[in-house]
Amino acid sequence: MTITRRQALQMGAAFAGAFALGSRSAFAQGEPIKVGVLHSLSGTMAISETTLKDVMLMLIEQQNAKGGLLGRQLEAVVVDPASDWPLFAEKARELITGGCAATFGCWTSVSRKSVLPVFEELNSILFYPVQYEGEESSRNVFYTGAAPNQQAIPAVDYLMEVEGVERWVLEGTDYVYPRTTNRILEAYLLSKGVAPEDIRVNYTPFSHSDWQTIVSDIKRFGSEGKRTAVVSTINGDANVPFYRELANQGVAATDIPVVAFSVGEEELAGIDTGPLVGHLAAWNYFMSVDTPENQAFIDAWHAFTGDTNRVTNDPMEAHYIGFNMWVKAVEAAGTTDPDAVIDAMVGVAVPNLTGGLSAMMPNHHITKPVLVGEIQDDGQFAVVWETAGLVPGDAWSDHLEGSKDLMSDWQAPMNCGNFNVATGQCGGA
Amino acid sequence: MAHLARTSIRLTRSVLVALTLALVLLAAPLVSTPVSAQQASTQDVETILAGFTRGQFPATLAAVDALAASGHPHAAPILQALSDRRLVFETASRRVLWQEGGQTFDALTGEPVAAPGPTTDVRVSNAVRRAVQTAMASLTLRAPNPATRIEAAVSILRARDLSQRAALAEARAEETDPNVQRAFDDTLAGLALVDPDAPEAERLAAVERLTARADAGARALLLSVPADATDAVKAAAAEGIAAIDRRLEIQGHVQNLFFGLSLGSVLLLAAIGLAITFGVMGVINMAHGEMVMIGAYATFVVQELMRAFAPGLLDLSLLVALPLAFATAGLVGIALERLVIRHLYGRPLETLLATWGVSLILQQAVRTLFGPTNREVMNPSFMSGSLELFGIALTWSRVWIIVFALAVFLALLVAMKATSFGLRMRAVVQNRRMAASMGIRTPWVDALTFGLGSGIAGVAGVALSQIDNVSPNLGQSYIIDSFLVVVFGGVGSLWGALVAALSLGVANKLVEPLAGAVLAKIVILVAVILFIQKRPRGLFALKGRAVES
Repeated sequence: MTITRRQALQMGAAFAGAFALGSRSAFAQGEPIKVGVLHSLSGTMAISETTLKDVMLMLIEQQNAKGGLLGRQLEAVVVDPASDWPLFAEKARELITGGCAATFGCWTSVSRKSVLPVFEELNSILFYPVQYEGEESSRNVFYTGAAPNQQAIPAVDYLMEVEGVERWVLEGTDYVYPRTTNRILEAYLLSKGVAPEDIRVNYTPFSHSDWQTIVSDIKRFGSEGKRTAVVSTINGDANVPFYRELANQGVAATDIPVVAFSVGEEELAGIDTGPLVGHLAAWNYFMSVDTPENQAFIDAWHAFTGDTNRVTNDPMEAHYIGFNMWVKAVEAAGTTDPDAVIDAMVGVAVPNLTGGLSAMMPNHHITKPVLVGEIQDDGQFAVVWETAGLVPGDAWSDHLEGSKDLMSDWQAPMNCGNFNVATGQCGGA
Repeated sequence: MAHLARTSIRLTRSVLVALTLALVLLAAPLVSTPVSAQQASTQDVETILAGFTRGQFPATLAAVDALAASGHPHAAPILQALSDRRLVFETASRRVLWQEGGQTFDALTGEPVAAPGPTTDVRVSNAVRRAVQTAMASLTLRAPNPATRIEAAVSILRARDLSQRAALAEARAEETDPNVQRAFDDTLAGLALVDPDAPEAERLAAVERLTARADAGARALLLSVPADATDAVKAAAAEGIAAIDRRLEIQGHVQNLFFGLSLGSVLLLAAIGLAITFGVMGVINMAHGEMVMIGAYATFVVQELMRAFAPGLLDLSLLVALPLAFATAGLVGIALERLVIRHLYGRPLETLLATWGVSLILQQAVRTLFGPTNREVMNPSFMSGSLELFGIALTWSRVWIIVFALAVFLALLVAMKATSFGLRMRAVVQNRRMAASMGIRTPWVDALTFGLGSGIAGVAGVALSQIDNVSPNLGQSYIIDSFLVVVFGGVGSLWGALVAALSLGVANKLVEPLAGAVLAKIVILVAVILFIQKRPRGLFALKGRAVES
């Protein structure tokens, strides 16, 4: 295509006009506030994290439609750390030095651990939206996903009390989240009087796809007379072959239910859930929860993506809560200055999507309801059980040696993430 | 409530049939035995039904038992609806309703309800489902369908429901079907063993019967011999358990062998295309896994199209997908060879880097085109479920993949040894210049050989879509294993790939029960490395001039 001089002039004029318009509104509103979005858009974790990037864009767009924040527009700065843990740290540095007031991001614990020193060094704010193993509390991080006591422990209580389970298979992928969660669960089960020979712990590599031996072992373990359940911390794409093998070997939920902590609506999208009806998952949110807030959120999500088949899931709700909390805290502080916002965050309460009001605790975790849902044949979960009220997140587990004496409180005067109540000192065990 | 409506529409015909049967069966004992199953009054039933509206599992469980015992004429459809999550109650009036075939019925009267108000689901847990199964069992002991009767006996045994013992013995006396007789006898034996009132002789007979049955369920029953049993019974039970354990151990070994062959056939499928591109041509193709992924996505596309245009033929979708996957992956392979690899022959390091880049490009392209999340590829009915053979469960999908892998292997062998293209291919590999002077267009043979290897990888993708995720990362998880197989088997040897894949699979599955899945992989990897140290050319080393050059 050739461009004539006249066209070039016209384009130039249009550009200039647009620029003038833009700068005029910028004068009226001040510079836009930058919000960092740090989720992998390529590599292995893109499967989960891309959706979270989209939901952040939607939330920011909605906030801008409401007139922005502090009279200024919000601007999303999206980077792609490509499922590469050291790259997460680099990209985080790039976002913070580029002037982002807060960052929403990370999925895996290893990526969070990788960016943590960067956020602490440059004193910025990270919102982490995924359920995790706990045992951490940083002044610069707000954990909007579930801690183990907001997911794993209540789920095990449900199985024990409602399903009468006496034997346990703790099946997980071999990395930090399942190992820590299973350590906590094992301690908890033993404290509840479960015999050690009735607990079987097993780990598999990432993306494990051959589940024949393990499923047949589970079948055998479960056929010895005591009611048995599987607690699954199997991660991501290993789940599809696992559930397929369960279905093919005829393990029904009425015989051996599987309760999963990492399987949500998004993961079920790749499986025919007909044979899985009755298997369970524990989360703080399900797409099927029938509240006006949730309906509005789902409608907005469908409108934003232009696809009515897209599902919503728990980490999306965590971002929804985290973003609204941040907006409220910034409004209360009247500035985006990290220190002021961090102080204003504690105590902020915003509606969650399941009909309650989630609040930010002094330990930078939030209060959430715990729901146990059953897989349905349409790939959704139906809630079968929920905690009576909201459960406050516990940064340090009460069931682990060395961690049960620790507490975290980021308010003055304590201002400590790992205060040891036994020794009365800040600085861990 | 939208998903409730959807669920009720999905009600299958078989469930409807079962419901009708159950209804008829329920009515029969009412007439014949008015004393034992006296019909509860309307008021009583109303109280029982109210138990479903509490929103508490203990209340629901109690209501299930009470309803089954009440002789309420609609008990069977209500219980079935509860189990299928079709039982609801009007939120305001607490009237209990069940949904069936798009209609709503009043649980008390059985009358259709035209316009129910807003409703709440009655929550179901697996414990509730088990209670329903047990309750339904007493109603279906004389169902016309033998499978239903067997199921009834099995669920009575699972619940160890001693209250059903008399009814079961009565039904056993009238039973004519030998399979059902066996199931009834098994259940009766199991109940006799755990019944505290059973005489010693009966218990001994039960132990003998269970020992002969020799499966994990029988073992569990023998383990739970009550403490008040005589020493003779206890000793017999202990002996029975030991006998069953010996048998289960042998079964376990056979099962591990099958699992190993199955894993081996998956490895073979993934590696066999590489045995051509890497083994025969010597190209280190890091994008090999992505060819597998392309094949899997081709299966997904074929299934989506067939779902839209020919839903009746969906079971044949894999057959349709095979040639398409072969063609798609093959064409991508040819394009890759023509555009990239042919410029890099003889420079293995550059080829490695370039093909690795291509693999990233292909992954991201698929991610952009199909989205980053898993795509659902359906198992056709002949690949679902499992085959029970001497107490060992062999899943159909695995059985078919073993068959398929061997078929692909044989087809490739024939193509290499018995076709003129195979002849040219081997000629070019052995001596390129000689082949060229004989009039063979070597660049074309290169391209087609690469296309063949990639096409085979695509075909493997069709099979792997049945057992693994269809996601952009599918290929990555197989690339290392594929290279391992080819190097271990001997570069350039198809037979080597076969033997290597199967032996790696079996070895892995024999180590896994002892060491766990993580350690098993490491042990195998170390073993292969040590083996390669000893025999650098692998199991089946090529001999002759081709090797020296």
